[in-house]
Amino acid sequence: MTAMTLIAKRIGIAMLTLLLVSIVVFSITALLPGDAAQAALGQSATPETIAALRAQLGLDQPAHLRYLHWLMGLLSGNPGQSLANNVPVRELIALRLPKSLLLAGVAAAVSVPIALTIGILSAMYRNSRLDRALNLVTLSMVAVPEFLVATVAVLIFAVRLHWLSALSYAPDNPGIGQFLRAYALPVMTLCFVIVAQMARMTRAAVIDQVSRSYVEMAILKGASPARVVLAHALPNAVGPIANAIALSLSYLLGGAIIVETIFNYPGIASLMVDAVTNRDMPLLQACAMIFCCAYLALVLLADVVAIASNPRLRNQ
Amino acid sequence: MTDKKCLARRDVLRGLLAAGVLASTNTVGRAQPNSPGNASESNPNSQGNPNSPGHPNSGTPKRGGRIRVASVSSSTADTLDPAKGALSTDYARLYMVYSGLTQFDSTLTAQPALAEEIHDSGRILWTFKLRNGVQFHDGKPLTPADVVYSLLRHKNPATASKVKTIAEQFQEVRASGPNEVQIRLTGANADLPAILATSHFLIVQDGTTEFRTAIGTGPYRCKEFNPGVRTVAVRNPNYWKPGKPYLDEIELVGIADESSRVNALLSGDVQLVNAVDPRSIRRVAASPDHAVQETKSGLYTDLIMRQNMSPTGHPDFVLAMKYLLDRELTRKALFRGYATLANDQPIHPGNRYYLAGLPQRPYDPERAKFLLKKAGLINTRLVVYASPAAEGSVDMASLLQESAAGIGLNLAVNRVPSDGYWSNHWMKHPLGFGNTNPRPTADLLFSTYFKSDAPWNEAAWKSEQFDQLLLAARGEGDEVKRKQIYGDMQVLVHETGGIGIPVFISLIDGYDKRLRGYGSIPIGGLMGYQFADNVWLDGPTTHASRLHALRSLPA
Repeated sequence: MTAMTLIAKRIGIAMLTLLLVSIVVFSITALLPGDAAQAALGQSATPETIAALRAQLGLDQPAHLRYLHWLMGLLSGNPGQSLANNVPVRELIALRLPKSLLLAGVAAAVSVPIALTIGILSAMYRNSRLDRALNLVTLSMVAVPEFLVATVAVLIFAVRLHWLSALSYAPDNPGIGQFLRAYALPVMTLCFVIVAQMARMTRAAVIDQVSRSYVEMAILKGASPARVVLAHALPNAVGPIANAIALSLSYLLGGAIIVETIFNYPGIASLMVDAVTNRDMPLLQACAMIFCCAYLALVLLADVVAIASNPRLRNQ
Repeated sequence: MTDKKCLARRDVLRGLLAAGVLASTNTVGRAQPNSPGNASESNPNSQGNPNSPGHPNSGTPKRGGRIRVASVSSSTADTLDPAKGALSTDYARLYMVYSGLTQFDSTLTAQPALAEEIHDSGRILWTFKLRNGVQFHDGKPLTPADVVYSLLRHKNPATASKVKTIAEQFQEVRASGPNEVQIRLTGANADLPAILATSHFLIVQDGTTEFRTAIGTGPYRCKEFNPGVRTVAVRNPNYWKPGKPYLDEIELVGIADESSRVNALLSGDVQLVNAVDPRSIRRVAASPDHAVQETKSGLYTDLIMRQNMSPTGHPDFVLAMKYLLDRELTRKALFRGYATLANDQPIHPGNRYYLAGLPQRPYDPERAKFLLKKAGLINTRLVVYASPAAEGSVDMASLLQESAAGIGLNLAVNRVPSDGYWSNHWMKHPLGFGNTNPRPTADLLFSTYFKSDAPWNEAAWKSEQFDQLLLAARGEGDEVKRKQIYGDMQVLVHETGGIGIPVFISLIDGYDKRLRGYGSIPIGGLMGYQFADNVWLDGPTTHASRLHALRSLPA
């Protein structure tokens, strides 16, 4: 099988997964107690107002019709109207998704190089003092919950020192100073979470290669430790490292909810939480599909990188 | 029932605003709007402003400046439709852009606003003479048709109004002259002006069905409305109160997390926050640039003893539990002093109808022990339900458990999650906790929670005498008589009611000291949600000055 057909197959599986996910998302959200009409009316609901609002929102149609309608809409790029405030879901997401992508992008741009450096360094000098120190640091980063990191950082840098902003508001066209002020803390918090995971996985992947016989050969041949790791072991570890990075980065969209909450960042994770609270199904389903797409895209990308980095697959 | 219901109840509770009552004089006189001239002479906001002269916040109002305000929550369900307002952030937003026929002052008396004269005949037929020359933000004049539309739309099920049940008492609303609106009620209600001062009854333009933006007559125009993110409002130069408002721009955001909210205030990112936890007050007070504003409100968390269940229906048991509430400790330990002692009846001391002579029920375990022994209930084992959903109830339950253990009554505290508390636990167990937000009138409070047939009669307490008094008070035009009736009702609830109220919980806001004119209107935090109409800035905000500093840096 060539690399191309392999990739095509992966894409096909991803599409099927998306379809299945859409069914699961639709049916699970239907299991949430109550609906948007009840959520909107609250305690002041009377059977009369509930029925009127349900008809207005199209909630009186049977579930499978609503699913088909929704799926068709989704395929044509229109995920429907938000039930909570009657704005097209597309508009709501268009406001939030770029912000989430921006935050995720910056966090990834900062965290990936740091994580790779830490992972490779500790693999190169494994069991040295440096390795143990880096281990300690990364393990502590994994162990400390992000809300603690974020809160302590806010107390120090925003409340005490007044250097940075406690909320991540940046104007629409921020200058570099404004951008740094607004993004420094949330990005730092997110990096705390994902750097450690990626660094640990990188270290493990490289060390796994270093224990192979071809590396022993390279060492016997007289290659320096840096050369052994960078030129011999690392290329073979790219596949697992890419996967580790993809998994960590997939956290940056949906998993940023704590950061979004603490810094009041208008991202897509808090949009989804709002959707659950308001039983705003079209919005909730659209968010779930976006998270799923992002996840699949990252995993697919990791697969492509792994395939490309594997000469046996690449050269067929 | 569903979780919905739970959200719902909270929403409505918040929705119905405050405790207190209204001026029930037959004619609420012509109010003189502040002119800029007399504003500079004396107290700047003689109309509806809680600041007394000499208050650190008083001084000459200044024009200009922008502030950012953070309220407790914000989601995609944020709304500019007064009928749908559900949370403090909504109310604050609505009061920024709309005005009502009446408005609350700091004693929760309804003062004329868009209506400059109010007359009634028998508290059934009400006539509102509209203020001349009021303009909507789009330049159109305010007409009786706008008022009629704004009030009647609550009765239409398609509006999905939060106050549909209250609006049902509008039998007829019609334009009775070129500048006059008449409301005929289904029954006498002296509280109508106070009801119309709540945010749900703010006035929108005739025929409005889309609320993507807001065209109101309020102090600020809606510049940007981004649900779940922020609302930006800019000064309305044609506001009907001459000289007001003072600020150029207000940005309103929601920050759900309490510590994030307080941090944002202390770091200078926002200038005003509401719902500060008593535990955070020391931090705010320690900052030289910030202060807290305590609003003594009618908010309470109460112990519910269901009268139709055993053994909580036993009068001696009820009384014993009331003696077991350590009110002073609750006030000091749970709320750090930011609460007012309560006396097992729901009218708080700031209310004009509060019966001052009612002796305070003390903490008296011996008395409780005697009563329980007398009833033969001393060695009973009972479960008390508490939840974070009812503010402070978990700690109150623990205190109660301690006190009860001291006299041999075995209470088990069952702490249940917030989610679903109101639908699954509230009013479902013999012993549990409830929580009631401030209401605009004594009548609404009593009718909602104590009337024998009220769906939210928490303790299933039945008193025919109480129900008769309630109806009598509602239609009573004589203020002295009305106060007497409400006094009798407080005695009834205090002595025989099935609920124990240990304290009234204060609402706490935090603000930047450069924000002036800030005070309390005890229907809610953020100055009864009406800060926008009253505040001004003395000096640049930290935010603005820091932006300035940043701009001057080489980027």
